[in-house]
Amino acid sequence: MPDTSANARPLLEARNVVKHFPIRGGVFMKQTAAVKAVDGVSLAIRGGETLGLVGESGCGKTTFGRVILRLEEPTSGDVLFQGLSILGYSKHDMQALRREMQIIFQDPFSSLNPRKTVSHIVGEPLLVHGVKSRREREARVLELLEVVGLRREHMRRYPHQFSGGQRQRIGVARALALKPKLIVCDEAVSALDVSIQAQVINLLKDLQSEFGLTYLFISHDLSVVEHVSDRVAVMYLGKIVEIAPSRDLYREPLHPYSQALLSAVPVPDPSLQRPGRIILKGDVPSPIDPPTGCRFHPRCHYAEGLCSEREPPLSEVREHHWAACHFAGRAGLP
Amino acid sequence: MAQKHPEDRHPMLDQLSQLWRNRTAVAGLVVIIVFILCGIFAPALSPHDPIDVALYDQLKPPAWSEGGSTKNILGTDDLGRDILSRIIYGARVSLLVALVSVGLAFCFGTIIGSISGYYKGRLDDIVMRGIDIILSFPYILLAIVVVAYLGPSLQNAMLAIAITYVPRFARIVRASVLEESEKDYVMAARAIGARDLRIIFVAILPNCMGPLIVQTTLSFASAILDAAALSFLGLGAQPPTPEWGADIARSRALILRASWVMTFPGLAILGAVLGFNLLGDGLRDALDPRLRD
Repeated sequence: MPDTSANARPLLEARNVVKHFPIRGGVFMKQTAAVKAVDGVSLAIRGGETLGLVGESGCGKTTFGRVILRLEEPTSGDVLFQGLSILGYSKHDMQALRREMQIIFQDPFSSLNPRKTVSHIVGEPLLVHGVKSRREREARVLELLEVVGLRREHMRRYPHQFSGGQRQRIGVARALALKPKLIVCDEAVSALDVSIQAQVINLLKDLQSEFGLTYLFISHDLSVVEHVSDRVAVMYLGKIVEIAPSRDLYREPLHPYSQALLSAVPVPDPSLQRPGRIILKGDVPSPIDPPTGCRFHPRCHYAEGLCSEREPPLSEVREHHWAACHFAGRAGLP
Repeated sequence: MAQKHPEDRHPMLDQLSQLWRNRTAVAGLVVIIVFILCGIFAPALSPHDPIDVALYDQLKPPAWSEGGSTKNILGTDDLGRDILSRIIYGARVSLLVALVSVGLAFCFGTIIGSISGYYKGRLDDIVMRGIDIILSFPYILLAIVVVAYLGPSLQNAMLAIAITYVPRFARIVRASVLEESEKDYVMAARAIGARDLRIIFVAILPNCMGPLIVQTTLSFASAILDAAALSFLGLGAQPPTPEWGADIARSRALILRASWVMTFPGLAILGAVLGFNLLGDGLRDALDPRLRD
């Protein structure tokens, strides 16, 4: 079957997105440095797909998710939603756009307002977007709760009366309230027990097929990402180092960092453990002062002189399989 | 209609139910309620008109001492006015001053503090330096300056107290808002497109109520004290208004001859201030999870 989806216009496109957080110091609070959380990320998310975004904590994946929703303003670059740049949107236009894109948070405890009932939390998006009638809102909230597997009697309760998994369902219901096209799942299941993770992931998948949702699925958990994603992007120190269809990336990672990450994924049956687990040297360098050239070179097994001098561009090594490594796909690399 | 679940109560109610187990706080609450009832029903409760001068009954001692009579249970002052009646009417004045001045300070302090804490940055810097300037004056001195400028009257005393109390509310609210606005539910409110004012006042502020309620209660105590102090200095209530601080000031000269004239208004101040302080401490224990076991 030919892969036509690649030619479709992307739902969301990030072009060279940069987000630096200034560090100020001294008497006059001059900017002395910047945390380069996201440093030139370009990617496209097609309608209806799930794009996994993986990386270690601190690599900028959460910031990237917030920038594309304009919850943080990027330092530079552009974000296009359905082909239109949203960075120039006025407050009013942005308000309308909020209907189209929503977010589910990692921490099911801090993402729900402890002083509000479930009915208020799930109904607030509707209220903000003009559903003034209380009865109408409540009816819709009830529908949403049923969609995510909660019941009518939960409406009047407060977040602290729920378990983590139930709270995450409330967060999902809130995100669905405006019938968005895109949902950023920011470590949406990372805080949950494994059995509850499976429930929530299945819920997300069901919702995707039911409502035609598009997900940006941010996680540090490679096995979860493999399970949910159509394509996966690997991020390291504010940059995308590899992006490929999920199956290709997991079968044959091209970037040394992806290889190391994948070799660290625990396998249920120890006798199947892939040989040659790659242990990375050292820690992730500071995003305030990232290494020159390829950011991964100080920890890379294959690094050569070139790597510390020139930054490798993200290039299409195999069909639809992009990697940012000078030696990706060449002989000598596994 | 959804079924009522036994635990479907506002989370703050759960915390407040803790208050009932705190005996000193309940005692404080009882004292406050007594004063409030005195203030509301002053005309019915007081045996005499508080400003009625009776020159034949000057400086009568309290009923239980020699020469006292049940006509004036707590005795009379140098103009023959009934002290009990003046204290009962004085509760009305003191509570009103506290209510108005703390109310004003609460409103302005909350608005200033929440906006400052939410928007951060330059606005926050400017506002907080302004607050620092107000705080750098001894506040009773600042109140005196305000009253001296506007002229001595009860209204101006209220205003002066309100101005000096704005900083403490602004700071507490700002600190809470700074802490709360980092939480994901605020980000979620932004993601659904809620406007800033809605985020501040509907989402964040209800989560800052704990420290704010405590501060309000404790401020009632100090406002009563400060109102009495201003009146004592002649900058608050003007004669013949029955006011505890003013009555104490008037009877200073009599302290050796007729100590009751000064003692009872003093005890009234003590009682009211103590009541609010006990309640405030109890509320702090109940509302601040960090202080709980």
